[in-house]
Amino acid sequence: MSIFRHHKKIETHATLLLVLSFLVVTIGGIVQIVPLFYLENTIEEVDGMRPYSPLEIAGREIYLREGCYNCHSQMIRPMRDEVERYGHYSLAAESMYDHPFQWGSKRTGPDLARLGGRYSDDWHVQHMINPQSVVPESIMPSYGFMMNRTLGTSDAEHVRDIMRVYRLLGHPYDDEMMENAISDFFAQADPMGDPGVVDRYPGAQQRNFDGQPEVTEMDAIIAYMQMLGTLVDFETFVPDTSR
Amino acid sequence: MADAPKNKPTGKKEDDIPTTGHSWDGIEEYDNPMPRWWVWIFLITVVWSVGYWIAYPAWPGIQSATSGLLGYSSRANVATEIAEFETRNDVWFAQLTETDLDEIREDPELHRFAVNAGASVFAAQCSQCHGAGGAGVQAAGYPNLLNDAWLWGGTMDDIVTTVTWGIRNEDYPEARWSEMPAFGVDGLLDEDEIDEIVHYVLRMSGQDHDEALADAGAEGYEWNCASCHGDAGEGDYFVGAPALNNQIWFYGGSEDDIRHSIYYSRFGVMPGFETRLREAEIRAVAAYVHQLGGGQ
Repeated sequence: MSIFRHHKKIETHATLLLVLSFLVVTIGGIVQIVPLFYLENTIEEVDGMRPYSPLEIAGREIYLREGCYNCHSQMIRPMRDEVERYGHYSLAAESMYDHPFQWGSKRTGPDLARLGGRYSDDWHVQHMINPQSVVPESIMPSYGFMMNRTLGTSDAEHVRDIMRVYRLLGHPYDDEMMENAISDFFAQADPMGDPGVVDRYPGAQQRNFDGQPEVTEMDAIIAYMQMLGTLVDFETFVPDTSR
Repeated sequence: MADAPKNKPTGKKEDDIPTTGHSWDGIEEYDNPMPRWWVWIFLITVVWSVGYWIAYPAWPGIQSATSGLLGYSSRANVATEIAEFETRNDVWFAQLTETDLDEIREDPELHRFAVNAGASVFAAQCSQCHGAGGAGVQAAGYPNLLNDAWLWGGTMDDIVTTVTWGIRNEDYPEARWSEMPAFGVDGLLDEDEIDEIVHYVLRMSGQDHDEALADAGAEGYEWNCASCHGDAGEGDYFVGAPALNNQIWFYGGSEDDIRHSIYYSRFGVMPGFETRLREAEIRAVAAYVHQLGGGQ
């Protein structure tokens, strides 16, 4: 065990210990993290993924602001019980436009990865205002105040700024999307609005989500929730079982 | 050197234990070796890791990572697990899909399977709106499935159609669809006319009402409501119009509730389950709902 005697040299030399620890962590990090950026079977491409529409971004920001992720994950694990309850297991590509991703292992509430289309807008409104009125055993707090918080042009501009940053990060927002960001933001919550928003963001829902004439935070969060997990068509998706 | 410490966990005399040779403000550090058992476990884990690299996916290469001799894949595992479950149920599922909907009830064993399978589908997919026991949410538009009142019909066929395509959703063009006009908002009726019809409906459902107003509302009802809700308020499954001649209400039956329904119009949305559930599962949940009490 004389090899351990040499260890004494490192342990008694603070600078050497620091330098060598840093080296070990660096190598470990490179080996673990870097291959995920280039290995083909970790960056599976799937049809149907698109960046978030402006109103969905607002909904997602509200989701983050309210800390929904503290109780809800957005990651269906490849296990039969989860697939039976929530739907097809989540694909990495489905989180490709999430900064940060909403994966998690702590579920006080159910997983929301495939929430879209599962409930009606009315259900969401009622559930947000008084969760126990539809799910008596729920311990979710009320978020009814979102009905009263109107979103205006400055909020839409804020969303457009977020889109600019996302574009820098490589989200495929084209010039047309950027030009129409503010009008799309309002059009998506208006059934009579410009249908162009659905052309630009295929699969986006265009409705008056909360039933009120003005665009509110409730519209935004429901628009976001109604698209969760709906973009990939699993009837045409063939899983690569090598992962 | 400070005074020799009095506690000696190793049992050795303090003078026998070497120190690291360092002295920090007179505090010295013993140079005890790591416990032998700890060192061995550490070495065993190092050896174990080599076996693990060989057996399981581990090292990244240029195109992909090594896949490991055991061929572990979480996706393949879940596919196998689901396939195994399906093979076990296949006989039943096939029988469920092939049997005529109305004959499922006549085969007690198949019916028992359908009801149990349907109950678990119901718990996962339906209970959030229709309640864990199927009683719906009163006065909120989520129908009670335990009684005889149906919006779109309560035969096995009707229930399967409703579950498959849903109601007024935008996901399926086949979804059941109808839309009650917002008589007040859209200016189709004025406040007085609505008031008369409210009392006419109150009378129809056997509640307290103003006789004169109700009489006056008969004509307005006939012109505006009867085509869907029926001359006697019996409702119409074809357009999902609820019966008004009973005490079962989807959005509440008080005078104010009825006025609100006529003024603003109300209608529920139900998602379709065509892509979420297998056909056998839809049939199973229909069998479950059918036997809850109101099946036709």
